[in-house]
Amino acid sequence: MSSPATKTEKLEGWNRPPVIEPDGEGELMEVAMGPHHPSTHGVFRMDLALDGERVIRLKPVFGYLHRNHEKLGEGHSYLASMPFTDRLDYICSLTNNWAYALAVEKLIGQAVPERAEYLRVILGELTRVQNHASSIGFLIQEMGASGTPLMYAFREREKILDLFEGLTGSRMMCNYMRFGGCRVDASAAWLDAVRKVVAGLPGFVDEFERFLTSNEILMARCQGVGILRPELAVNAGVTGPMLRASGVNYDIRKVDHYSIYDRFKFRVPLGDHWDVYDRYMIRILEMRESIGIVEQALKEIPGGPVMDPKAKIRGLRPKPGEAYGRIEAPKGELGFYLQSDGSPNPYRYRVRPPSLINLTILEDMCLGQNVADVVLIFGSVDIVLGEVDR
Amino acid sequence: MKTVEDIKAAIEAAVPGARVAIVTNPGPSAQHSLRLEPESAVAVAKFLRDDADLALDFLSNVTGVDYLDKEIAEKIQVKRQVTKVVDGVEQTVEETAEETRKRVEPGYLEVVYHLFSVAKKHGPVILRMRTENRTDKVELPSVTPIWRSAEFQEREVFDLFGVVFKGHPDLRRILMWDGFKDHPMRRDYVDPDDYEYEPTAHDKVLARATAHQAEEQTEAAQGGAVL
Repeated sequence: MSSPATKTEKLEGWNRPPVIEPDGEGELMEVAMGPHHPSTHGVFRMDLALDGERVIRLKPVFGYLHRNHEKLGEGHSYLASMPFTDRLDYICSLTNNWAYALAVEKLIGQAVPERAEYLRVILGELTRVQNHASSIGFLIQEMGASGTPLMYAFREREKILDLFEGLTGSRMMCNYMRFGGCRVDASAAWLDAVRKVVAGLPGFVDEFERFLTSNEILMARCQGVGILRPELAVNAGVTGPMLRASGVNYDIRKVDHYSIYDRFKFRVPLGDHWDVYDRYMIRILEMRESIGIVEQALKEIPGGPVMDPKAKIRGLRPKPGEAYGRIEAPKGELGFYLQSDGSPNPYRYRVRPPSLINLTILEDMCLGQNVADVVLIFGSVDIVLGEVDR
Repeated sequence: MKTVEDIKAAIEAAVPGARVAIVTNPGPSAQHSLRLEPESAVAVAKFLRDDADLALDFLSNVTGVDYLDKEIAEKIQVKRQVTKVVDGVEQTVEETAEETRKRVEPGYLEVVYHLFSVAKKHGPVILRMRTENRTDKVELPSVTPIWRSAEFQEREVFDLFGVVFKGHPDLRRILMWDGFKDHPMRRDYVDPDDYEYEPTAHDKVLARATAHQAEEQTEAAQGGAVL
C-alpha cells in the first residue's frame, strides 16, 4: 500500500524547477538582468543568482509594459477592441486579429465567406514566415553575430510588411479582420504581388540556411543547450514551435481544423533533441511549410464577397453566453475567452498569451547552465513583451 | 470526446464525495462547463489528468471572472394580523399586503480553467470554481502541482482579481508592482487620479506655506502687522 503513496508524492514535485546546489566556494552573485538588457526584446527582467558562471536561481519579473489590455477590452465594444489586439504581439498583428475574430464568431455563431478564409490563411502564414525569420535573426544577434543575419531577415520581412501595407493600409497595426470576414477585398494586382514575393521566399530560406544551419558557432552554442523534456513541456502549457521542438506533435491547425486548414497539405516538423538548435530548425522548417500553404491558397483562392453581408459588426450585442476560440499563432496557442451578458461590451475579455505561458519553464531550462546561455535560451522562446505584459 | 454529462458521471464515480454541477452555456458556441467544489477540486484535477480516457494533460487557460454583489428587490405577499372593529366588535382579521423586500445576494469570484488533451487531441473541457464571497473568503485550491501551466496564470488571477490560491508555490503579484494595494480587474475597481503620485518633500513645503498664508490672513484681518 505504501508504494502508490510515494509515487503520488513524487508526482506532486516533478514539475517544479530542479534545485541546483552551489559548489560551496565563495558567495552567490545576484544579478538583475534587465529591464534594459539588449537581449530582452523590450522591458523584461530576470533576477539571477550566479555561482561563478553557473545559474543557481532565475526569477523572471514582468509587468513593465502592463497596460491592462483586458480591462480596456471590457470597457469598449467588441469592434473597438480589434485595433487593440494589434498591440498585443506587435510583430504578428494579423494573427491576433484572426484569433479575436474567431472567438467572437464562435460567440455569435457567425460564418465566414470562402474568399475571406483564404485571405486569412494567406495573411496568417505570411505573418508566420516573417515572425520566424525575425525571431531567428534576433536569436543569432544574441549569439553575437551583430546585425547581419537580422538584417537578412528584416529585408524579407520588409517585403511582407509592404504587402500588408498594400492591403490593410498599415505595416504593423493592420486592424484588418472583422467578425464574419475581412475589412476590404484584395485586388488582383495585390494577389500578383503576393505571388511575386512568395516565389522569392524559398530562395531566402535556402540562403538563410546556407549561412546558418551548419555554422560551426551556431552549432556549438545551440546544441544540447536549454533542453526541455516533452512531458514537462505539455504539463507547463508550452505551445507552438517550442512544444514541437520538444517532439510533441500538437499543431492547432491540425487538431482543431479551424478555418480551412484541412484543405491544404502541410507537414508538422518535430524536434528530436529538444534543445535550442531544434527550436531554430523547427522555425526554418515551419517557414517552408507556411510558404507551401500560401502557394496552395494562392492557386485555389475563389472570387466572391469577403464579408458576410448579414454580419453585424457595429453595435454588436451577442446573446448571453461564452466562447473560447484559439488559433495556432506563430508563437503558440493564442486564445481569446469572451463572456457576454447581452450588453455591447464583453463582460469578460481574456487573452491567453502564448508568450507569457511559454516563459513558465524558463527557469527550468536555464538552471545549471552558463549565464551566457541564458540569453540564448531566452531568445529561443521567442516572446514579445507587448503580449507577455498585456 | 465525452460530453459534459459523461465527464460528470466519470468524476463522481472515480472521486468519492466530489460534487460536480453542469453549467450550460446558452450561446451558439455551446461550450458547457463543470463547476467543482473547492474541497475536492485537486483530487478531481488529478483524476482528469491521469484518467486514460480523458487524459487532459494540457491546461491551456486559467482566468478569473468577477461577479458583483447583486441587490434583489422582491415583492412578497405578507399576511398580517390586524385588529379591527367590525360591526362594533373588536376582531382579529387576517389581511394580505404587498411588501418590497431587498436582499443582497453576495457576489463571488470565479476561476475558469480550459483543459485540452495533447495525447488524445480533444477539448476543451471547461472547469469552474467559485469563492464564497468577494471580500474575505477568497481562497481556492491551486492546481499548479497538477499542471505547471497554472503557475503564472494563477499569479495573474491573484494579482488582478484577488483570488488566493492555497498550495501555490510562489504566489506573488506578477503584473502590478509589489506595493500595489487593489485588484484592477475587479468590476468595482476605481483607478486613481494619478498613478505616479508619491509624497515628496514638496508636500511638506506646501503644507507649511498654506499654514503661513493662513497666519498672514488673520494678521491682516486684525489690522495688519505692525512693522
